[in-house]
Amino acid sequence: MCTTCGCAAGEVKIDGDDPHHGHEHVHADGTRHSHDHGHDGDHGHDHAHPHTHDSGHRYAPVHSNASPAHSHAPGIGTKRMVQIEQDILAKNNAYAQQNRQRLAERGIFTLNLVSSPGSGKTTLLCKTIDMLNGKASVAVIEGDQQTDQDAERIRATGAKAVQINTGKGCHLDAHMVGHAMGKLELPEDSLLMIENVGNLVCPAAFDLGEVHKVVILSVTEGEDKPIKYPDMFRAATLMLLNKCDLLPYLSFKVDAAIEFARRVNPGIEVIQLSATTGQGMEQWLDWIARGAQRSAQQKAPPALVSAVR
Amino acid sequence: MHEMSLAEGVLQLIEDAAREQKFGKVTTVWLEIGQLSGVEVEAMKFCFDAVMRDSIADGATLEIVATPGTGWCMQCSMSVPMSEVFGECPQCGSHQMQVTGGTEMRVKELEVA
Repeated sequence: MCTTCGCAAGEVKIDGDDPHHGHEHVHADGTRHSHDHGHDGDHGHDHAHPHTHDSGHRYAPVHSNASPAHSHAPGIGTKRMVQIEQDILAKNNAYAQQNRQRLAERGIFTLNLVSSPGSGKTTLLCKTIDMLNGKASVAVIEGDQQTDQDAERIRATGAKAVQINTGKGCHLDAHMVGHAMGKLELPEDSLLMIENVGNLVCPAAFDLGEVHKVVILSVTEGEDKPIKYPDMFRAATLMLLNKCDLLPYLSFKVDAAIEFARRVNPGIEVIQLSATTGQGMEQWLDWIARGAQRSAQQKAPPALVSAVR
Repeated sequence: MHEMSLAEGVLQLIEDAAREQKFGKVTTVWLEIGQLSGVEVEAMKFCFDAVMRDSIADGATLEIVATPGTGWCMQCSMSVPMSEVFGECPQCGSHQMQVTGGTEMRVKELEVA
């Protein structure tokens, strides 16, 4: 059911469990059979079981694996137009909105960290948690195609972490994140960091319900990444230039990188840092602290949150 | 950019509509794709055919309605056409631009039987 590229049911794992809902068969006459396999998130899903065949048995079933009892003879109807006018990502956006509301009600400041593979996201997260040193409660949702190595690294810092394995999927979607949030029991006024799958393309389009996307560009990459992958830099509020301790050994031009980023996103904020040496980390922690304070202060009752969104 | 997952999203919307409005076959799908949406139309056509196979939209014709990119130039304080998300203002050459239109990725309508 997830809108992940090429991702068949059963490939997505959250801490090793399959979050999928089992099967859903949609018949041409509008009949829907769904079989709930249970799950631990608390966001709602439609598991209605309507079984009226009121439109007659004129059409072939949608699913080729539908039982023979539901095989309807194909027929020819009159052609007509149906207005849809819906965003292709509407389903993901609806899940994202549910996540955003759950998080806003509890004053949880949520960041979606995006970058290419190897930019140092996990090292940055570990250093951030270390430096927060218990001053704020932090939980992490880790996204990778395979393995729970990153979640293990986060857990070693003492923070709670849930690993989502997307299988063949190239990004996290809001549905997976909703399930992962259910596993974390996030305290009020805490910080949730979502480390997306390393990919500068697809995660840009998938809202997870975060307050901000933070894009990490390491100085061992090209300074023209912002114009090569403009969607991601346009979607982000903050760009972290990581591995700045290596600048003396590289030809990376910091000013050019910032200029390129502002060309695609004039309002993007920039912090230069190194998760290894700790330079610039205080500025990043201040940025988090300001955001966390806003989320805690703006904690809104459910009705108000839905009204303003 | 990730046309396969977008095509999956299109199929979900079609199947939802089929349930609500009770139709059994889709013959044409109109998608509105903005010039600045990052969607490659050729890739979308390829993925569309692959994803619709064995669904109620198997073999359906895909029609793309392209919408032009527009942006707000902060220097000129006016709306101008944009061809790339990091494009420059055709009036003053500035990159101080905010995209205001052309990022749509919508299913507009269907011809159904």
